[in-house]
Amino acid sequence: MISVRDLVVTFGHGRDAVQAVRGVSFEVAEGESFGLVGESGSGKSTVLRALSGLNRSWTGRASIGGLDVAKADRRLPHLAQMVFQDPYASLHPRHTVDRALSEPLEIHGTGDVSARVEAALADVGLGPAFRFRYPNQLSGGQRQRVAIARALMLRPKVLLLDEPTSALDVSVQAEILNLLRRLRAQQRLTMILVSHNLAVVAHMCDRLAVMNRGLVVEEMDVATLRREAPREAYTRQLLLASKGYDRAVAGRMVSFD
Amino acid sequence: MTALLEVEDLRVSFRTPTGPFHAVRGVSFALGRERLGIVGESGSGKSLTGRAIMRLLPASAQLSARRLAFDGTDLLTASPRTLRGLRGARISLVMQDPKYSLNPVMRVGEQIAEAARIHGGVSARDARRKALAMLEAVRIRDPERVYRLYPHEVSGGMGQRIMIAMMLVPEPDLLIADEPTSALDVTVQMQVLAILDDLVAQRGMGLIFISHDLDLVASFCDRVLVMYAGRVVEERAARDLAAATHPYTRGLLQSLPRIDDDRAELPTLSRDPAWLEG
Repeated sequence: MISVRDLVVTFGHGRDAVQAVRGVSFEVAEGESFGLVGESGSGKSTVLRALSGLNRSWTGRASIGGLDVAKADRRLPHLAQMVFQDPYASLHPRHTVDRALSEPLEIHGTGDVSARVEAALADVGLGPAFRFRYPNQLSGGQRQRVAIARALMLRPKVLLLDEPTSALDVSVQAEILNLLRRLRAQQRLTMILVSHNLAVVAHMCDRLAVMNRGLVVEEMDVATLRREAPREAYTRQLLLASKGYDRAVAGRMVSFD
Repeated sequence: MTALLEVEDLRVSFRTPTGPFHAVRGVSFALGRERLGIVGESGSGKSLTGRAIMRLLPASAQLSARRLAFDGTDLLTASPRTLRGLRGARISLVMQDPKYSLNPVMRVGEQIAEAARIHGGVSARDARRKALAMLEAVRIRDPERVYRLYPHEVSGGMGQRIMIAMMLVPEPDLLIADEPTSALDVTVQMQVLAILDDLVAQRGMGLIFISHDLDLVASFCDRVLVMYAGRVVEERAARDLAAATHPYTRGLLQSLPRIDDDRAELPTLSRDPAWLEG
């Protein structure tokens, strides 16, 4: 469903040029949930932004459902949609929920707007009462539900999720993760989930790639992660650090450049 | 041993058009030379508790307490002058977001050196040396270069470490750290926590560590207060947090996904109105 080959993303020019992604390749099968894990600056979100078409200056090959991402095909938004980290920033503060959800349908000339908006709200567990509210009348979790509903308006086959729960409280995170798992099963979605949280990826994904400094360090299935048996030293350290604080472990941490 | 900090029945409220909003409702604890964690979700009052100790609340807030004392000094009746002498020098506050806490038009190294000079009473030359040493201690590579940067030229994680360096350079007796490591990568987070840990162990600093991350607090702190809706609903030794009895604490712990579990559905929290009072 998704294929990325030798993806290189460079920011800046000349002397200030920085390669944020330095040759990344992976495949995601139809219906699979794939995790991209890494620390800040590892390039994981940059990969997602290239795939979603938000960033067009990259080299390499990327396709979703056989469509070349570089060509910005009009069919791509119907195939893949993105959900962002911060629901406080990703919804227009002066647009109602109704307008946020209707807009994708109007842009792409889809009819039956009203019924589809109501159905989308119901899908993400929000009643019709939410339809004419503004984002400032919603909690963080409700906003993220609206953002997910918006991403699903065009009935895409692929969801690209960039840290969808890291701005939320843990009890709300559980609700959103449950929602995403349910939607994935109901709508047979293919997902890429970008996260720094190994436990979230273990919960949501079938397979994952670990990134560091713009490169994929290793790929593994989730069973390997659960057994805590990664191959690379970098991933083992990431795993150790995610298990909480330990003075002795902290003293042995090394940097992988 | 007398406590470094005594807090008894601390209350913070705000006036709103619909009547007073009680954000902190009777928090009490005593802090020694230890690592005390305060955990809770957004809106639980944990950050306001930290700011109330510093007497750094917005003018619209009303503060009251039966007792609020730092090392014998009554913070409720202390003059602004006394408070200024304590803040920064003896009590330091590391806030969550470096974007709003660093001076945007001053080089970051000079901001750290200024803290050392004003609160630590050292010469300009020593202040610079201490600032560089502190940048190195918070694991900043090439401190000489970073010293000369402006806040907009550093990443979020680096800004956070610069803040921590600035707050630690006057060698405070009490550090209040509000989500100090949430912007940091896990490996750097562990290294920064090790620095705080060593300061508590070696210099006898008291630490209040405010966080939403239960696992981190359980592994890092000595003692934990769990806050819900402005009150402490549970207090226990950090290593026993997994044995928490309050349904709110238990609910939070259960709602966390874990690497080694394969639950399909995470239990979500159904908030019991009784928790507001119990």
